[in-house]
Amino acid sequence: MPSKRSLLTGAHFMNGDVACAEGAIAAGCRFFAGYPITPATEIAEHLSQRMPEFGGIYIQMEDEIASMAAVLGASYAGLKAMTATSGPGFSLMQENIGLAVMTETPCVIVDIMRGGPSTGQPTLPGQQDVMQARWGSHGDYATVALAPSSVQEMFDLTLEAFNLAETYRVPAMLLGDEIVAHMYEKLVIPPPDKLRIVNRKRPNVPREEYMPFKPDEDLVPPMACFGEGYHFHATGLTHDERGYPQTSSSEAQQKLVTRLCNKIRKNEDKIIRVEETMLDDADVAVVAYGIVARSALSAVRKAREKGIKAGLLRLITLWPFPEKRVAQLAEQTKAIVVPEMNCGQMVLEVERKAKETPVAFLSKLGEEPHTPLEILEEIRRNS
Amino acid sequence: MRVEIKFAGFGGQGIIKSGIIIAAAACIHGGKNAVQTQSYGPESRGGACKSEVVISEEDIDFPKVVEPDVLVVMSQHAYNEYVENVKPGGTIIMDPDMIPHEVDLKNAQVHRIPATKIAEELGKKIVANIVMLGAFVAITRILDANAVKESIKENIPKGTEELNLKAFEQGYEYGKTLPKSQA
Repeated sequence: MPSKRSLLTGAHFMNGDVACAEGAIAAGCRFFAGYPITPATEIAEHLSQRMPEFGGIYIQMEDEIASMAAVLGASYAGLKAMTATSGPGFSLMQENIGLAVMTETPCVIVDIMRGGPSTGQPTLPGQQDVMQARWGSHGDYATVALAPSSVQEMFDLTLEAFNLAETYRVPAMLLGDEIVAHMYEKLVIPPPDKLRIVNRKRPNVPREEYMPFKPDEDLVPPMACFGEGYHFHATGLTHDERGYPQTSSSEAQQKLVTRLCNKIRKNEDKIIRVEETMLDDADVAVVAYGIVARSALSAVRKAREKGIKAGLLRLITLWPFPEKRVAQLAEQTKAIVVPEMNCGQMVLEVERKAKETPVAFLSKLGEEPHTPLEILEEIRRNS
Repeated sequence: MRVEIKFAGFGGQGIIKSGIIIAAAACIHGGKNAVQTQSYGPESRGGACKSEVVISEEDIDFPKVVEPDVLVVMSQHAYNEYVENVKPGGTIIMDPDMIPHEVDLKNAQVHRIPATKIAEELGKKIVANIVMLGAFVAITRILDANAVKESIKENIPKGTEELNLKAFEQGYEYGKTLPKSQA
């Protein structure tokens, strides 16, 4: 028997929520604060058992606003921290996600998307929060959001979200959907020495010289831990490199907010991940993510059987958006098909880069994602 | 070969658990690829509920059931909703005591298993889903009985193994001896 403190290295038949929780543990997450909500509850439930086994902290807060605040506090105190929620809770978290952006606090927010707006359809899937993940808090910022489409990726991309959060000092988001979260599938957890774990950069200056918002060349400032004796002032107000408020300096605002956006934009080649299937000679490209990408893959394979040159660009990173690759695809293909479980969100990004190439949008809401045949029909119409 | 199986009934009958047991048996004990998805209402208990399993030797792209090869159905509501959608020539395994009103089906193998009654005789109505699994294994032969038994043991509360395995055996025997009936 493995000790209670060990990772569950090996093969499992597990659901996506539990895989996400184990991915967090594997990434080194040792603090979870949240409020239960379908279809993300199993993440909290599982971590309520697992966190204490690793000496970590699980806390159920009074709501999602407080949950997000607690996650920021834990991260400032040096722990890798996470919360998990669904649409209604994600809305409540937006203000403190903005605070995480402004104070450059690494953390992971898991949003298992269900049907919205408002309380919507709690037990049914959706992809309606993808723009909220990009623009949900006020002000200007850039951030990271990943879209798993299998139970394996619920594990792998949760771990990756922590790595990105720690690398760039940002709130990183994992945008799952109800199907991927509740789906049972094979998951293989690698041995600990095969996992790539990134920890935040630590300061290498004397404590009294430390400036918590002075970036290195990669635009990311090293991060000390509150309570270790480093000078450390953090605020949601626009601030200088010391962290002191600069509420009337245009220069400070220009410099800080530009850097907050650029630390993602200028590193996007390192961040962006896509999966390409049969795109080399494709006349029609399907761009899809999450559970819908599985249906799109089946559709593309069926199209090839019928002699239609179709291919799939699966977005693993939603934000930053892989705009260079989409622009190339638009030049190569006759049409791009974008199926989504919303009324048209990522398709706007595709259209922005497609220029003259026609983009066909396929919307589906409610219980089931698009069937492969529905996507195949749209491919055929555009081939 | 891709095989699609749909379990349907109402929340509380162990419908979702049935799907997990079968998919895990195929994946962990049967060396195949398998994926289980589910759908239930916010009321959970008493509401309509379904559990879908796809089993394949190859990678499974689309994880949902489009046209089931096998429908295992335990409520009238679910029967009405899904029975017309079974693949032509497909298999329907149903609990006739839960489904008083049947429709005429042209092209399906229908097997009637009084699972709820058998489970009541065993002393616990809640193992009716496991009786159905026994019949499912005997009728479809998609999976090895021992693989499913292992999977049952891993997916039920400790201390209920004897009752559940007995329920499985009774369903298996009933399914094995049942003459095939065209609807």
